[in-house]
Amino acid sequence: MFSPKEYQDIEDKVRSGIRLSREDGIRLFHCTNLAWLGMLADYARQRMCGDIVYYNVNCHVNLTNICTSRCKFCAFGRDADDAGAFAMTKEQAVALVRDAMRDPHMAGLHVVSGLHPTWTFDHYLDILRTLHETFPTLYIKGFTGVEITHFVEISGLSLREVLQKLKDAGLQAIAGGGAEILSDRIRGELCPKKATADEWLEVARTAHSLGIKSNASMLYGHIETLEERVDHLLRLRELQDETHGFQTFICFPFLPKHTELGKTVRQTSAWDDLRTMAISRLMLDNFRNIKAYWVMLTVPVAQIALGFGANDIDGTIHKETILHDAGATSPRALQEDTIIRIIREAGRIPAACDCNFNILHVFDGSEEERNVVNGN
Amino acid sequence: MATEEEILTARAKASAGERLTLGDAMALYEDNDLLSLATWARAAKERASGKNVYYTVNRHINLTNICSSNCPLCAFQVEAGDARGYVMETEDIARVLEQAKPIRGLSEIHIVSALHPDKPFSYYENIVKQVHEALPNVAIQAFTPVEIVNFAKITGKSVKEILTILKADGLSALPGGGAEILSDRVREIICPKKATSAEWLDCMKTAQELGLQTNASMMYGHIETVEERLQHLITLRDLQDETHGFQAFMLFPFHPAHTKLGEEYHLQRTGSWEDMKMMALSRLILDNIPHVKAFWVMLTMPIAQLALGFGADDLDGTIGEEKIIHAAGAKTGSGITRAKLEAIIRETGYEPVERDTYYRPLTSKEEPVCD
Repeated sequence: MFSPKEYQDIEDKVRSGIRLSREDGIRLFHCTNLAWLGMLADYARQRMCGDIVYYNVNCHVNLTNICTSRCKFCAFGRDADDAGAFAMTKEQAVALVRDAMRDPHMAGLHVVSGLHPTWTFDHYLDILRTLHETFPTLYIKGFTGVEITHFVEISGLSLREVLQKLKDAGLQAIAGGGAEILSDRIRGELCPKKATADEWLEVARTAHSLGIKSNASMLYGHIETLEERVDHLLRLRELQDETHGFQTFICFPFLPKHTELGKTVRQTSAWDDLRTMAISRLMLDNFRNIKAYWVMLTVPVAQIALGFGANDIDGTIHKETILHDAGATSPRALQEDTIIRIIREAGRIPAACDCNFNILHVFDGSEEERNVVNGN
Repeated sequence: MATEEEILTARAKASAGERLTLGDAMALYEDNDLLSLATWARAAKERASGKNVYYTVNRHINLTNICSSNCPLCAFQVEAGDARGYVMETEDIARVLEQAKPIRGLSEIHIVSALHPDKPFSYYENIVKQVHEALPNVAIQAFTPVEIVNFAKITGKSVKEILTILKADGLSALPGGGAEILSDRVREIICPKKATSAEWLDCMKTAQELGLQTNASMMYGHIETVEERLQHLITLRDLQDETHGFQAFMLFPFHPAHTKLGEEYHLQRTGSWEDMKMMALSRLILDNIPHVKAFWVMLTMPIAQLALGFGADDLDGTIGEEKIIHAAGAKTGSGITRAKLEAIIRETGYEPVERDTYYRPLTSKEEPVCD
């Protein structure tokens, strides 16, 4: 196959299953042959996890946008007295989910919120427990490493105790957000008030040791260098070697609209998004899944990303809030049949899964498929 | 369904840069290996135009949206008497030309319009003269074969006579639109009243014989079969073997919003996967057409940029006001600056080349003052 000669050694490594080095990763970021990058990532994807593409029929629950952290890349966070600030009551959260439950395939919740200045850990726990008890059939994935670090601070409990209490209240997996770039230089500039790189990693490590799986992510396209992107991937890969507790990796291109940082930073191109996806697939050789998060990438780019290493396209979402505050132009929700069509057009097999990648339905041409596609 | 052997044969030919048959194209389509198609299309692009990616500074003028053709595929046209109808007269054109004049590097005025039920041929002729007089050094790329065939019908003249007159008035080139799918089965459903496949092809052949520059296109993603799509490309390639008159090929994914066709057949916009696949397949099949355009107004800029990795070598222009595709719900902005276009091209590792209508590189690199 065609490949730029200068990258032949990297291609050979990938095809022989040899781990790529930091230097390899940096070189890949300077390769402009997007088709070759995609092909290599697609090869790695095929070998790692075959042709199934996972998605969720899910509902996002953002309990509050009132946040003490106020990161420069965020368009969602507000002060308590700002216009547009909201904090859901337990009843409001239940009502939101009840509305989402009108979709007969609704399978689970993604609960991510601001760091509320006055809510106690018990308050969060109470909402979590209520959601779990009210909707026992729904899985609950939620709370990023940043929120969990915040819970440790406000509760006086140990990280292990916080995680155990969340697990006991019904939490089944931890969300991948808040990793941003795991570099204290970047975090010092963009989000100095929240969990440090080490703290974020420690939440994942401890959760994994308690049997709680989590996701990982990278927010890129702001002030980070390409080397810092690679280093970020390496830190995740290192921890994954140790725990094997990460399930999926999500690339978040920074959406600058309405953020403080957006005054000086332009949005990434689809070209950058796809090469970053491909390089992430190649570097994270111990992650089974790579997510193309359509809310940020847009649906067209997320679909093409399925050829650049992704095998997870996130979910129907019901009503996305956080990124639409940052000017996301994608729809706020996708119909399940749209997701199925997108995956099929890419020649892959759609599978609805829960937050731990257990398959709930696979659309491989069986009888069940027809029932689901017909909307039963 | 293609056999395994047919797929392997087609892949080997595509990889070696050999000419593909309809059967090969069908096998590659079914194989659905997007990244291999991209790799081969990239090689084909580099054989055709090296590291160059072209763009041009142009302005679009849509003279009228009042149309006697009433094609089910169209969201632009309205019937006479409709409140949304408009016709640009001499004064309106003069205003547009005044605005266009100071644009440095302006190389082309692109005019595509509806088939107005009452306007005589002299109306169109006069506009070509007017544009040519105001901007003598700017190429006029105007009137698809569908419009030219209509001029022949309303005047009783031959297509050759019409094209000869327009050329004398200052016409330089015909845009590639109106080809849709060159299958009369398909045209009977999507655009029954306009030029047939044979008329479209004959018009292009005649234009090419008269020394007018021409482009070709395909509008896909409606009611055509995959075979009809790929046969369309082969048909264009056959004519090109004979005439070598087409400079560029454009793909138009069908925008179903606000069209009768979309409503009647419950059509959805093709996915970007399909769009990139068709981009790469077009580059591979059309081995004798020098350029493939990623028309960003239709594709959106992110996807048009990606298309440069799937065989395209031209982003078209810094377009002024485009109305036809926006009427069908395109959400793209209607203009872009030279600096932005160049940055978008450079990111792909290719070299931006500002061109004229004939794909001659231009040296002037000043920013257009209007943008």
